[in-house]
Amino acid sequence: MEEKTLHIVIVGHIDHGKSTLVGRLFYDTGCLPPDKVEELKRISAEMGKELEFAYMMDHLEEERQKGITIDIAHTFFATPKRRYVIIDAPGHKEFLKNMITGSSQAQAALLLVDISQGIKEQTRRHCYILGLLGIKQVAVLVNKMDMVDYSEASYKAIRAEIGSVLGKLNIKPAYIIPIAARLGDNIAGKSDKLPWFKGPTVLEALDSFSTNEAQTTRLRFPVQDVYDVDGEKTAVGRVESGVVRKAQDVYILPDGTKGRITAIKQFMRDDIGSATVGECIGVTSGSALKRGQIVVDEVSSTITDTIRANIFWLIDKDYKIGIPLTWKCATQEAKGKIEKIHKRFDPASIEVVEEGAKEIRPAEIAEVEIKLDRKVVIDRFSDIPEMGRFVLEHMGHPVAGGIII
Amino acid sequence: MDHLSELENKSIFIIREAYYRFKDIAVLWSIGKDSTTLLWLCRKAFFGKIPFPVIHIDTSYKFPEIYAFRDEYAKKWNLDLIVGKNEEEIKKGMGPTKGAKLDCCNELKTNALKATIARHGFKALLLGIRRDEHGIRAKERVFSPRDENFKWNYEDQPAELWDQYKSTAEEDNHFRIHPILHMTELDIWKYVQRENIPMTELYFSKNGKRYRSIGCKPCCSPVESEAATVSDVIHELETSHTSERAGRAQDKEDAYTMQKLRSLGYM
Repeated sequence: MEEKTLHIVIVGHIDHGKSTLVGRLFYDTGCLPPDKVEELKRISAEMGKELEFAYMMDHLEEERQKGITIDIAHTFFATPKRRYVIIDAPGHKEFLKNMITGSSQAQAALLLVDISQGIKEQTRRHCYILGLLGIKQVAVLVNKMDMVDYSEASYKAIRAEIGSVLGKLNIKPAYIIPIAARLGDNIAGKSDKLPWFKGPTVLEALDSFSTNEAQTTRLRFPVQDVYDVDGEKTAVGRVESGVVRKAQDVYILPDGTKGRITAIKQFMRDDIGSATVGECIGVTSGSALKRGQIVVDEVSSTITDTIRANIFWLIDKDYKIGIPLTWKCATQEAKGKIEKIHKRFDPASIEVVEEGAKEIRPAEIAEVEIKLDRKVVIDRFSDIPEMGRFVLEHMGHPVAGGIII
Repeated sequence: MDHLSELENKSIFIIREAYYRFKDIAVLWSIGKDSTTLLWLCRKAFFGKIPFPVIHIDTSYKFPEIYAFRDEYAKKWNLDLIVGKNEEEIKKGMGPTKGAKLDCCNELKTNALKATIARHGFKALLLGIRRDEHGIRAKERVFSPRDENFKWNYEDQPAELWDQYKSTAEEDNHFRIHPILHMTELDIWKYVQRENIPMTELYFSKNGKRYRSIGCKPCCSPVESEAATVSDVIHELETSHTSERAGRAQDKEDAYTMQKLRSLGYM
């Protein structure tokens, strides 16, 4: 089995069958324990329904009563190839911040499209967000094929529509698979009702995705905190990019002070020579470090107080130019505000709503210039994602996510 | 990096983030496998010495083995142990047989916890809950804010992107922080094996039975099992098809008991 787990987010418009798909996938792969199946049957009967697979994910009473998904749920399953974390996202615009929370943790996505409805508002919105988050591995699942008698002509028509809309959003779907999630067609096994479709099942599509992310060799070690370890000031943190080595010469940004790594520490491990991406370590360097500093091997980062970025607005209140915000990126935090809104988009229509705007409205995406009260260390998202994405907060509430361009 | 190291690093990052943000923080220890693993991760995060208190909410209905294990490792790991107990309700005879189980959990666990938090002024608690344990816990955030009434506002949770955890807003009374949310039951046991983390003997088979999930003695049933060692348990989980909390009474009363308990401040 592969070591790395693949995180998949399930997205798409309301009622196109996201939660049902996840429930069915578990059921068909034998990952749903019999006592859970009994529980689902019992609850489905109480709600006057046949076995409702969506209840596996929709666990809140409010979700089941209204037949909707309010918040994301993570669930775990494995094939002989690898482990998966499946993140079921809500389809309603009101719960967009939850959908984005889920998508921010994923490396691949399954996009559900109901064959009788086609591409809808949230389909476009979700696609736009996947593109912005840099999720390139996408499979489109054309759901509810049973409603059109498994018609190949209907599938071909929607396939053309999907290709044209996703093309505009720079998403190239790896597959466009006809399925019936509720009945299990093309989920874990090939459906005999869809003999004309020669592509993979959902399960095969998942296994064909990759967990490999492009990694740069440039060191980025954001200092998280400073502890006293055996009488030595030790800067702890997680290597976000590259490799840190003992006796390596480094720069400490944003000041640009030179330093040298004298030791790398972990509890109960002696004499660590190097640490790589994702490892939580402590380092000593001879100089006094503090949270928010970024230890790098060479000064290739941008050091600036002005950031140009695409942001997605997460809350249901407007932003007006000048409202104070807190910018958070890796372990850095700075006060600031948006000074310019170059463009604002409505991702549901994929249209620029306004250029040179003064405000950003709920669920919109905007290209902005953020001015901070001090210099910070950033990279482009496309170069080093961990140093090229940030969250904006207002009064302690996250209000936007951003991608540095 | 291997699977277990990836999970471990994720947890350590969260624990350190929590401690940076909150000096008035504590970790909740039920002495079960999850919270004992969480304590182990805290020890690793802080190079051996946990710099904040460890809370045990004692309902007085725990197994004798649990108390013995607690006292042994509180000493060995040099823990700053706080025992939180709702003495008043225990004296009045609150128990799982008297009245509804929901009330008992609420009084002896949630309210005991509330009183402990208030007494010590904690602003954050580390908890060893996991997403795969229960459908409700699958919906949790890593940093989960609670208001003054301890209410979990599950209908409007904050966005949580890229390990940027919500800052404290005016209405946030305290935070529940969940450093092992991303681990499964099987991950826990494999990590226990790799790290050689001590565990209470209740998890291992005696006379053909063992506990898979441990709460209070009257409300937990053992499962049929021959698994007598950690590797037996791993083997059993890899081949078994029942869910972890099948032996927990809380989950059986009605489908939303857990949701109700949790929205009131239950762990």
